[in-house]
Amino acid sequence: MAARAPTVHYLNVDYGVRSWLFTTDHKRIALLYLGTITILFVIGGIFAVLIRLELLTPAGDLVSADTYNKLFTMHGIVMLFFFLIPSIPAVLGNFLVPLMIGARDLAFPRLNLLSWYLFVLGAAVSLWAMLTGGVDTGWTFYTPYSTSASVTNVIPTAVGIFISGFSSMLTGLNFIVTIHKMRTKGLTWFRLPLFVWAHYATSIIIMLGTPVIAITLLLVALERGFHLGIFDPALGGDPLLFQHLFWFYSHPAVYIMILPGMGVVSELIACFARRPIFGYGFVAASSLMIAVLGFFVWGHHMFTSGQSAYTAFVFSFLSMLVAIPSAVKVFNWTATLYRGSIAWDSPMLYALGFIGLFTMGGLTGLFLACLGIDVHVHDTYFIVAHFHYIMVGGTIMAYLGGLHFWWPKITGRMYPETLAKAAGLIVFLGFNLTFFPQFILGYLGMPRRYYAYPPEFQALNVLSTAGASILGVGYLLPLCYLLWSLRYGPVASANPWGAAGLEWRTPSPPPTENFATPPVVVRDAYDLDGMADAPAEAALG
Amino acid sequence: MAELAPAVAHHFDDAEQQHEAATLGMWVFLATEVMFFGGLFTAYVAYRALYPGAFGHASNHLDVRLGTTNTAVLITSSLTMALAVRAAQVGAAPARIVRWLAATMALGSTFLAIKLFEYAHKFYEGLVPGPAFTYAGPDARQAELFFSLYFGMTGLHALHMVIGLGLLAWLVREARRGRFGRACHTPVENCGLYWHFVDIVWIFLFPLLYLVGRH
Repeated sequence: MAARAPTVHYLNVDYGVRSWLFTTDHKRIALLYLGTITILFVIGGIFAVLIRLELLTPAGDLVSADTYNKLFTMHGIVMLFFFLIPSIPAVLGNFLVPLMIGARDLAFPRLNLLSWYLFVLGAAVSLWAMLTGGVDTGWTFYTPYSTSASVTNVIPTAVGIFISGFSSMLTGLNFIVTIHKMRTKGLTWFRLPLFVWAHYATSIIIMLGTPVIAITLLLVALERGFHLGIFDPALGGDPLLFQHLFWFYSHPAVYIMILPGMGVVSELIACFARRPIFGYGFVAASSLMIAVLGFFVWGHHMFTSGQSAYTAFVFSFLSMLVAIPSAVKVFNWTATLYRGSIAWDSPMLYALGFIGLFTMGGLTGLFLACLGIDVHVHDTYFIVAHFHYIMVGGTIMAYLGGLHFWWPKITGRMYPETLAKAAGLIVFLGFNLTFFPQFILGYLGMPRRYYAYPPEFQALNVLSTAGASILGVGYLLPLCYLLWSLRYGPVASANPWGAAGLEWRTPSPPPTENFATPPVVVRDAYDLDGMADAPAEAALG
Repeated sequence: MAELAPAVAHHFDDAEQQHEAATLGMWVFLATEVMFFGGLFTAYVAYRALYPGAFGHASNHLDVRLGTTNTAVLITSSLTMALAVRAAQVGAAPARIVRWLAATMALGSTFLAIKLFEYAHKFYEGLVPGPAFTYAGPDARQAELFFSLYFGMTGLHALHMVIGLGLLAWLVREARRGRFGRACHTPVENCGLYWHFVDIVWIFLFPLLYLVGRH
């Protein structure tokens, strides 16, 4: 029984700016986030373009050294704190978590709106700091450079990140409480979609990690502003303490960025392989295991910072352990594909791209967890390539895949499928051309964060810059055709992909209260055979 | 006076679900607070281990009598807060709830007044880190670090107290309107949890800053 297209849904229930700025509907807030982070992604992307252009030639000719320092700093800050961290949770998670668990909204809708305002405020403060002089410490704010030597806008930038931290904590708090307390009848923990499990694990990391970066940045600001000697050795402090506190958050933050992406990929694989996820329980548990282990590996960022050999050994071992839950996911996804009935729709292309690129990023992470190899490739382009494979090849692939997959649900419109497939392919090719040469560059010894380099590195740098321009086209395409589809796209049905999740059992776009009657769940996630009972299930409510 | 029915927000099934969600939310928030203060405690422990002698000397400059008094004041305020929560839970008259809330506010303000007096004293003694820092004892640099941490940790704690007083003032206003009773006491309970948390932070701050290594 296909649901009729409703006359009233969350998008047309009310019009006008006020109805958006004061909304407490999680679906509308998700769209507010979508618009905001798209703008920030473009800004961060412009910084990246300038970086790649500067590195086209060995000489430092396009920008000055100081400007270059500011460019890579601001690229990192905007992309990490203002795009990647909110990307999947605040947009797709915000929209989907209540729908997937059959709830009418998140537990605290007003806090949800507040989180968006805090995010906008934080981003505005940081951007203002960048426009009025910029900041050149690197996104890592290492002391004592950031507290005493740098003459740039360190404090305002840190304040912006501090504020946006509260925004991500409010989102995480909302998810934890919602997933615990608002699941619909019959939706037990082990019937939850893996997307929800991933967001639950992510929220735990957000709640336990973000406060630590908040206090750390506060201390940096105090030391810089009032000369309290916490981290500066000249004032009796210890710069290593800063690195410990910073990475205690910032390493788990990597998992804040990648875990939601893994949740998206689980949904896509199950839908387009037409099979329940193989080893569902293990995949769910691996999210929690990543969340826990993630807090015990931060020292691998400090192998060359002067920590003891024994400490380094322990952190190296613990870092290797993260490979276990990551491999559990990758192997279970591939096992799901095995004998699946695979459909090559555009979201699936992104999901398969994710698996390949994340695997590359993850395996090179093992290189870096090895004490000996890390000394060789530390602070080179090898590490730049490694984390871009995780962040861009992983998270952004998953984000785009998820955006395509749920676009019909969010907007009620389909997009041009051929263009979407082409874009997915262009992104994959452009990405590899951009970042694979950087592995080689780093292994050959090109250090990161310099605006000039020896001429023998030029060929690979030209390849990388060429790849970046292809990648840019790949990102601009979805921006164009998704916007186009809002007006001209064919109207989407309630469940265009034939997927199993609860979110597909309500019209596209959903009504404000999500479900006409609260759904009752009588089957496992991804149980497509049980879909036949779906109307009966809905009627039970 | 008839008890007011609690307003159940549109997205909750019933009052119980709403109550459970709010309570869990508060506990999760307190977990973030533990991690927030945890960063500072880590810094303190690291430097205490690095410079045990200097920190011991520096802690002699703190006034144990005032610190002890404040500890007693704060623990008593937790008692009055608990009594306010109890009064709301059993559906006592609004005046009773207000009385215990007011007592908690008075004790909290006393704590802050004493703290302010201590800060002023440190200021006159030249123990505020910065250009005006004058310290007669050995290891002046490390002692300055101690006072940086002292002001940082107690200052952040005091800021939490001020926020707590704001919450209590709001509770008093709502209680006067007769909002709280057997059916609706979640806000009082949650503010109570927050107040107890701030109290517990001090229970750790007091021995670490005032007592350990004193001689």
